[in-house]
Amino acid sequence: MFITYYYLTKMLAFIKSYLTVIVINLIVFIWLIFSVVKNKSKTKESLKIALKTFFKTLPMIIIIIIFIGFLLGFLPPDIISKVVGEQAGFLGILVTAVLGSVLFLPALISFPLAASLLKGGASIMSVAAFITTLTMVGIVTLPLEIKEMGKKITILRNVFSFVFAIIIALIMGVIL
Amino acid sequence: MKPVEISKSNEKIKQKKSLIRDYIIMGAVIVAAAVALLIFTDKSGPVLSVSKNYFLDLIMILPAVMIIIGLFSVWIPKEMVVKYMGKTSGIKGIFFSIALGMLPTGPLYIAFPMAIALLKKGAKISNIIIFISAWACIKLPQELVEIQFLGIEFTFLRLALTITFVVIMGILIEKIIDFTDKKKIKVEERV
Repeated sequence: MFITYYYLTKMLAFIKSYLTVIVINLIVFIWLIFSVVKNKSKTKESLKIALKTFFKTLPMIIIIIIFIGFLLGFLPPDIISKVVGEQAGFLGILVTAVLGSVLFLPALISFPLAASLLKGGASIMSVAAFITTLTMVGIVTLPLEIKEMGKKITILRNVFSFVFAIIIALIMGVIL
Repeated sequence: MKPVEISKSNEKIKQKKSLIRDYIIMGAVIVAAAVALLIFTDKSGPVLSVSKNYFLDLIMILPAVMIIIGLFSVWIPKEMVVKYMGKTSGIKGIFFSIALGMLPTGPLYIAFPMAIALLKKGAKISNIIIFISAWACIKLPQELVEIQFLGIEFTFLRLALTITFVVIMGILIEKIIDFTDKKKIKVEERV
């Protein structure tokens, strides 16, 4: 009786700590089964695309994981928090917002990086600003956007996105 | 041979080249990291354990994310997005722009030509801006990774705020462009 209780609590703790992973994988698994039942060849094609996308993003993932290791292993937390933490205040948000605008990183990879910054002492505001400008403002893709969309729309969109990203970050800092 | 086919095969060669380049860069980074850890042996413990933890967190969720991307791209082709976006307007149009932008249909540089095609089909500027912005920053599979690393609270709050401001931005930019265009027309009329 006592032993089963012990294992039950241990199992519950395991499920709780991996809840997101379990739920997401379950949803995808069910969806995949639906897809197989509906159309086998289409499912095969989608799995091919999945594999291709995986190998395309793999180098970036490995690089960023190594980078995170060095970031948290070498930089002491008080330096990170001094530059982009609570004590850095508005300047810290500005720094990460600019960094997010200039860098050209897939969003997929920015989340573990953001989490590591948060763990290293960055403020929620800085991290939110970083993720939001990273995805919404694109300095690297600017020439392409101007060529396709025209100067006016491009400049307006990027400037507004930058300002709104900072406002989003500030609101998040107040709420969370 | 048709020119379309030539450009397609060129595209493929380009993609392969950039893939090889990415793997070479990865190899160089791994070697550099290994050398650095051999020099600073006292740091290698913490660095490796941090990297290992993040790798495990990612690898538990990545296959699922990739499969979602694959399923979406097969079941919801790009042509469908264009078809639905061209017709709608009003609040329905805004919802459509966000929903269609959220689908994992590819990188941002694919969205630009699509946006131009939509604009020519008569879609409103505000919806196009919302579409591009949603495309850029709210991708369904990526949000799963955000939940995994930053938590549900952070993710949903950021998404809600982002969607709100993206809609405001779309309407604002449309107003500004309409205003400046009208001014230009007036000046031209006077001339």
